[in-house]
Amino acid sequence: MTRIGTRFESLRREGRKAFIAFVTAGDPSLARTIEIAAELDGAGVDVLELGVPFSDPLADGPAIQRSSERALKRGVTLAGVLDAARRIRKRSEIPLLLFTYFNPILRYGIERVAGEARDSGVDGVLVTDLPPEEGRAWKDTAWTAELDTVFLAAPTSPPERLRRIVESSRGFVYAVSRIGITGERTALSEEAAPMVERIRAIAPVPVALGFGISTPEQVADAGRIADGVVVGSRLVRFLEEQPQGDLAAHVRWLRSGIR
Amino acid sequence: MVTTTQESRSWDEVPDLAGCFGPYGGQYVPETLMNPLAELSRAYNDARRDPVFISEFDRLLRDYVGRPTPISYAERLSGTLGCHLWLKREDLCHTGAHKINNAVGQALLALRMGKRRIVAETGAGQHGVATATVCALLGIECVVYMGTEDMARQAPNVQRMRLLGATVRGVEAGSRTLKDAVNEAMRDWVTNVRTTHYLLGSVLGAHPYPMMVRDFQIVIGREARRQFLERTDSLPDLLVACVGGGSNSIGLFHAFLDDPVEMVGVEAGGRSDRPGDHASRFLGGGAAVGVLQGSRTYLLQDETGNVLPTHSVSAGLDYPAIGPEHAFLRDAGRVRYGTVRDAEALKAFQTLGRLEGILPALESAHAVAWIMREAAAFHGKNVLLNLSGRGDKDLDIVERHMPEERGA
Repeated sequence: MTRIGTRFESLRREGRKAFIAFVTAGDPSLARTIEIAAELDGAGVDVLELGVPFSDPLADGPAIQRSSERALKRGVTLAGVLDAARRIRKRSEIPLLLFTYFNPILRYGIERVAGEARDSGVDGVLVTDLPPEEGRAWKDTAWTAELDTVFLAAPTSPPERLRRIVESSRGFVYAVSRIGITGERTALSEEAAPMVERIRAIAPVPVALGFGISTPEQVADAGRIADGVVVGSRLVRFLEEQPQGDLAAHVRWLRSGIR
Repeated sequence: MVTTTQESRSWDEVPDLAGCFGPYGGQYVPETLMNPLAELSRAYNDARRDPVFISEFDRLLRDYVGRPTPISYAERLSGTLGCHLWLKREDLCHTGAHKINNAVGQALLALRMGKRRIVAETGAGQHGVATATVCALLGIECVVYMGTEDMARQAPNVQRMRLLGATVRGVEAGSRTLKDAVNEAMRDWVTNVRTTHYLLGSVLGAHPYPMMVRDFQIVIGREARRQFLERTDSLPDLLVACVGGGSNSIGLFHAFLDDPVEMVGVEAGGRSDRPGDHASRFLGGGAAVGVLQGSRTYLLQDETGNVLPTHSVSAGLDYPAIGPEHAFLRDAGRVRYGTVRDAEALKAFQTLGRLEGILPALESAHAVAWIMREAAAFHGKNVLLNLSGRGDKDLDIVERHMPEERGA
């Protein structure tokens, strides 16, 4: 079991929910990403998602698009993100999940990515544009390297697809709380709870809800439904607007609803 | 049609049920789109077998688009080239390009699926205009995404779309061209997928789009094959067409795949072979197999897997990926691919105008330029070229690149 599985297991025993944070790696710099990881660890973040910047982030809203573009302009690559993960791992046991599009993995070589990710202390990988049908080779390679593979589930996924997603996922299933792209919304979608129920009906796998969750109230709502809550765009925007701001305090505020 | 069973089987087998053309194609999209793509596949498979749908599609192509489009013998240009050059006149379609064939098919399918809103991307604006036109005809809400760089260089088409009642949304991201418009159209689609159909304009994206768009464009080759046989009592020796995503070329080629006919797809060679200076996905610097916008195919990318900027004087060819079926046909050795530089295409634009009285779209001018350059190898042969669109939209660009012509 990876650090992700272990963390969900201990949270479950304590009756608590996971707070999962997304940041784009390399925005504003990889050095800063390493500091951010330490701050988030200190603030009690349970899993850190490191976004690998990509030129065509078609599942992402404006905040993550902008940060991805800034990181690319600084020359941040998948290799650089793996190196940052290695340096984060030297001083922290925070569970790490790479969040990436498929082409950078394909170009680097799936076996090389899996091996180097594992050696860098990465615990799992989520590939946004890789559904289970296209992800068989990647999943097998990642499992051989003892990496978790987190697949997305969506409100549009029918039961037979959810089964395939659950069977392909290790660590947890990432349930997309609403149809659409990443970005802040005013309320949690009404589709979220029934979707999580449908996943649970299939298997006792941890489910985290993400996409559009950006306030303590929404975090609390999502925490009542799922085992974990992902906040991404809100944190990325905080780092964009208040680069000197108190990130740890901001995270403690966001997760106040589930602690 | 005279074919051997073995040959016809091999070309009809693609794509397979997973949408794969050999190792290319597939469905590389976020999970939210997987079930909508499955629904679209089901609806399309149902429609393509429904005589009512087929007759409505054929009726609109005939009565509204103006099909069949003729083939014209380019007598004066043939005289200078030494081959017999025939033009399939897709430039005579309503709205001025082949794009409307696919727009009619998909819009009818959208209505059949109960979708009353359509989003589309456009590069040169021809697909956007075709989509806006069909949406006006059928009473469907239409939103077209277009890179702001393309809006500037194809301004007349922006005006046309707006006059047709479509909303044109400028895309500021990335290179502000076709690729970025596709990203934004996909973001809209994933957000509004229950009410909205994404009317993709080329043989690109996730399955079933490459197959469906091909099927809606096959009419080009079927007509041309029949017309050519009627006129010459023979098949052409060579087919030539430009390849952006690759819909006009697939549309022409497909009806001839089992025939002993040579085929050439012409990519945009831009300014040079350096990465960023061209849109040649097979032959230029930076070309490698990858995954972009739903499909595995040849893609212009850097060594880290990020997509490279492209350049072409023609907005419709200015795109970093090529349709997956083209990758398949190239590997199979069935279609050969060449490139043409900006300057050659501009020259061909002018030549076709002066010798034949036809101003081609700059996209189609790439195909014309290829045969002008390579004609010596086809002396006395019959060449059928898909003139996929007309050049009205390109007058400003041509003027700018040929200032010496102004006073002539």
